Amino acid sequence: MIELRGVHKAFGSNDVLRGVDLKVARGTSVVIIGGSGTGKSVLLKCILGLVHTDAGAILVAGEDATRAGREAFLARFGMLFQGGALFDSLPVWQNVAFRLLRGAMKRPRAEARAIALEKLRRVGLGPEVADLYPAELSGGMQKRVGLARAIAAEPEIIFFDEPTTGLDPIMAGVIDELIREIVVEMGATAMTITHDMRTVRAVADQVAMLHEGVIRWTGSVAEMDATPDPYVHQFILGLGHGPIASVR
Amino acid sequence: MSVTAPLARLGRAVLGALATTGRVAIFALDTVSHMVRPPFYGREFLLAVLQIGWLSLPVVGLTALFTGAALALQIYAGGARFNAESVVPSIVAIGMTRELGPVLGGLMVAARVASSIAAEIGTMKVTEQIDALVTLSTNPMKYLAAPRVLAATLTVPVLVAVGDSIGIMGGWLVGVNRLGFNSATYLRNTAEFLEAWDVGSGLAKGAVFGFIVALMGCYHGMHSGRGAMGVGAATKSAVVGASVLILAANYLLTEVFFSA
Repeated sequence: MIELRGVHKAFGSNDVLRGVDLKVARGTSVVIIGGSGTGKSVLLKCILGLVHTDAGAILVAGEDATRAGREAFLARFGMLFQGGALFDSLPVWQNVAFRLLRGAMKRPRAEARAIALEKLRRVGLGPEVADLYPAELSGGMQKRVGLARAIAAEPEIIFFDEPTTGLDPIMAGVIDELIREIVVEMGATAMTITHDMRTVRAVADQVAMLHEGVIRWTGSVAEMDATPDPYVHQFILGLGHGPIASVR
Repeated sequence: MSVTAPLARLGRAVLGALATTGRVAIFALDTVSHMVRPPFYGREFLLAVLQIGWLSLPVVGLTALFTGAALALQIYAGGARFNAESVVPSIVAIGMTRELGPVLGGLMVAARVASSIAAEIGTMKVTEQIDALVTLSTNPMKYLAAPRVLAATLTVPVLVAVGDSIGIMGGWLVGVNRLGFNSATYLRNTAEFLEAWDVGSGLAKGAVFGFIVALMGCYHGMHSGRGAMGVGAATKSAVVGASVLILAANYLLTEVFFSA
């Protein structure tokens, strides 16, 4: 479904991505792990075209991501941003139904609102929040609204950028469960970036570790726990000593 | 230190200024191209008209009122030196419509609107709301910049017209109540000496200044740096850039309109 071949991206003298190769099969949930500043968010933004790559190819369903018609290409994606990225000036329901109120997917306003309410219900929020503004919501509720917005147009591919960062353990667990349920229910292809190992275990079919600008290791969660790779081992156990610390 | 170091610094500064000019020009062309190509975001446009036009009326009106009043006093005092006190009504009217109405109105709108646009869009950028717009198949230039720039270009001339009227009224109030002018004579002198082009040129300036104000707000907001400092710097740059460009454009437009 998504294939990255030798993707490079540098910001000035900082080579963030140094040849990323990764294949994500249709309907699978891939979690990309790696330390802070290793380029995980940049990788997602490269796929979406928010950041232009310096070299390499990104294929989505066999189609070059840079050549596909922009609107049709992006219509296949939903994304949950790390901070929610909800539009402050719009009430919650219009945030969720944003795509359904304008552009190629435009629906009648009443229908768009009904879909928004249904998606809010799906993420555990009642209709009483629909007319509130994002600033009136807690962090966990904002994440849920962001999740509802990501799935509102039933995308084929959903990206989750640090979905549990800043949440308490209970709310983080709820969000993890929701992500897993929604991805399975929709049959969507999912890419999640996180350094929260609980999220990894909750949502991943496949795990990929990004380190020093390349995918250093890939495998299932069971393989991750059993791998002798010292980088993966150090990361998943959160050890202070090991090869990652020595190269920082 | 090398003797060529100052020259190198000067060269870098000139190149930097040229690069910024080029980026602003491309941004302006891109914005205009989105203003004339569908889809159009009517709700965003109407909200911008409300924010830029309607909500700027008090500040522009008060500025014009006091400027017209002060102008009448100054012209009266200056005119008294060569027995030309009677020119107060016509000079206040011409001064307000050609120059002070559009320039002061533009500067007040720059302070109020360029800063607010830059802060809003800058905050959207640092909180990834601009990225979210893109992922929701919405072009930020079309959704954020085009409606605001179009709204400012259309509403600032209206603000200038209102400001002109209030400014002339300020002059009339001072002329009649402080300087002893007859009310009817004052108004007749104002109407007799004021030409349509005096007003039209001011409104044309207002349109250009409105375009500049919103463009600077959008440009600096979209290019905001990270964090509170980045948004703060973008806001400051938007106001400074808009103010300087308004004064420069005012000179150029005055040359074009009245140099003959």
